[in-house]
Amino acid sequence: MTVIDDISDVPAPDAPLAPLLEVRDLHVEFHTRDGVAKAVNGVNYSVNAGETLAVLGESGSGKSVSAQAVMGILDMPPARIPKGEILFQGRDMLKMSGEERRKIRGRKIAMIFQDALSSLNPVLSVGYQLGEMYRVHQGLSRKDAKAKAIELMDRVRIPAAKERVGDYPHQFSGGMRQRIMIAMALALEPELIIADEPTTALDVTVQAQVMDLLAELQREYNMGLILITHDLGVVADVADKIAVMYAGRIVEDAPVHDIYAKPAHPYTKGLLQSIPRLDQKGQELYAIKGLPPNLTRIPSGCAFNPRCPMAQDVCRTDVPALHPVGTARGSACHFWKETLGE
Amino acid sequence: MGRYVIRRLLQMVPVFIGTTLLIFVMVWGLGDPVAAMFGDRTPDPATAAQIRLEFHLNDPLIQQYWIYMSHVFEGDFGKAWNQQPVTELLKTAYPVTLRLTIVAFVIEAVIGVALGVFAGLRRGRFFDTGVLAMTLIVVSIPTFVTGYVLQYFFGVKWSIVHPSVGEGAPFKDLLMPGLVLAGVSLAYVARLTRTSVAENTRADYLRTAVAKGLPRRRVIVNHMLRNSLIPVVTFLGTDIGNLMAGALVTERIFNIHGVGYQIYQGIVHTSPATVVGFVTILVIIFLLANLLVDLLYAVLDPRIRYA
Repeated sequence: MTVIDDISDVPAPDAPLAPLLEVRDLHVEFHTRDGVAKAVNGVNYSVNAGETLAVLGESGSGKSVSAQAVMGILDMPPARIPKGEILFQGRDMLKMSGEERRKIRGRKIAMIFQDALSSLNPVLSVGYQLGEMYRVHQGLSRKDAKAKAIELMDRVRIPAAKERVGDYPHQFSGGMRQRIMIAMALALEPELIIADEPTTALDVTVQAQVMDLLAELQREYNMGLILITHDLGVVADVADKIAVMYAGRIVEDAPVHDIYAKPAHPYTKGLLQSIPRLDQKGQELYAIKGLPPNLTRIPSGCAFNPRCPMAQDVCRTDVPALHPVGTARGSACHFWKETLGE
Repeated sequence: MGRYVIRRLLQMVPVFIGTTLLIFVMVWGLGDPVAAMFGDRTPDPATAAQIRLEFHLNDPLIQQYWIYMSHVFEGDFGKAWNQQPVTELLKTAYPVTLRLTIVAFVIEAVIGVALGVFAGLRRGRFFDTGVLAMTLIVVSIPTFVTGYVLQYFFGVKWSIVHPSVGEGAPFKDLLMPGLVLAGVSLAYVARLTRTSVAENTRADYLRTAVAKGLPRRRVIVNHMLRNSLIPVVTFLGTDIGNLMAGALVTERIFNIHGVGYQIYQGIVHTSPATVVGFVTILVIIFLLANLLVDLLYAVLDPRIRYA
């Protein structure tokens, strides 16, 4: 048994290297009083070391839920994962024991959350919260952990780290708090970082600083990064590839430049058109009409069809598969050619 | 912090004067104390005049209060109905009630918090529903009912404990009265803790703690409990005063010669000095307990800083 495990863990020399993380046909549903909310309905994506995948989508598209499923921090119940695989370094994490998964969290996969103020414990000093990573995972003493915490704070460029290590989260500014979140994620030099809207709660100027820092540290450590966001501006600078999610599915996935140049899905197209642009000053901003669907009653066929300007009868009956567009792209639209061609 | 404590101590002065003046006026100023002293009999006018003079009853009430307080600060609380100095009564009664309060407080804090934490972590399950139902029952039944019922079954019928508290009020005898006294507060503590824990299990920072790969035990003890217990500590602190006041009923049921018993005696025998003396000390304890809670609050929650 162990022998077989060993073989499956190590890829054959001539086979292409397995991606760092590969999510296959992931389904997540929530059992609520109003019925079953299907938050994630068959998501596939992969990230390699040193690569940045941006998962784009509006609220309720399932981008955060799929990330939490990868991290293993969904509350189950009410959440359930009826189907799918989450392969990390070739091993399916959904088949691991709770203890095995816990040891991966923080050490190999770390997560950065959106609102650093509520995501940090208000009654513990930042030094304690940073040092805790070393104390729990590496068994360091309180004193050594504190020294490491100061080092980390220096690394994410928090001024006067030595004096501020005993301060509490509320004593830091928003940008500094997010740096602390980043430091905490980096503590054990994980192989993959999942950043769930890391800059949404910040000022625009601070957003750029925090994103730059994150991108720089990612390069330095050659980490994989999954960047969850609804901000197309953030994505363009740092992402290598983009997966656009809608109603729990990936509707388009492509290298970053292709998507900006020529979207292959009407939803992506709508998103790009709704970015304010200087050359359209004075004109009314484009908006995708309608609202995202209720996840307990996802429309039949393509979930986007009630809002899609190109919808035909087939869109209301058939769920579109992810059609390959060129070599490294896919679009889940029956009319991807038409969308691209316009 | 030091300045805050001094300010708080100074704030106690008007509160202390206000409450003691109020109780003093209620006891001495309403009705005729001399007539009350003699009950149904009509006092001999000469004796009445003598008493009035002795207790400064002819002076304005505020002056009487002033005289009383200046005596109190010299350690003289006056004499009770049977000519015993009130200070003697205070010295024997307060340690007894304090013991009862401590027993009740420990029961309340330990059992209440434990029930609340486990119920909060198992929100909606059998244990949680059980705790909610039980605490509702406890809250709904008056203390004197639970007191007499428990005393009858455990003390009289099954003879598991002494039905009343013996001389010197040993801790062993105080368990049952302590439980009775703690009952309602315990139920509140359990419910408060449960709500607080249940709320905090959904907090973002707890999700972070899980994402850090911390063991569940550490997530709960180091990250959740400290946050959840902040409102509970506040309640527990202010409840010390309530417990001491509640002891009035419990002490009567179990025949404990503590503060409640003495105040009761003071009222029955219309001994103003006893009532005012005991209440004065109660007020001081209540104020100090509140100060302690506020200071503890700052220790538990670093967001609160006193300048």
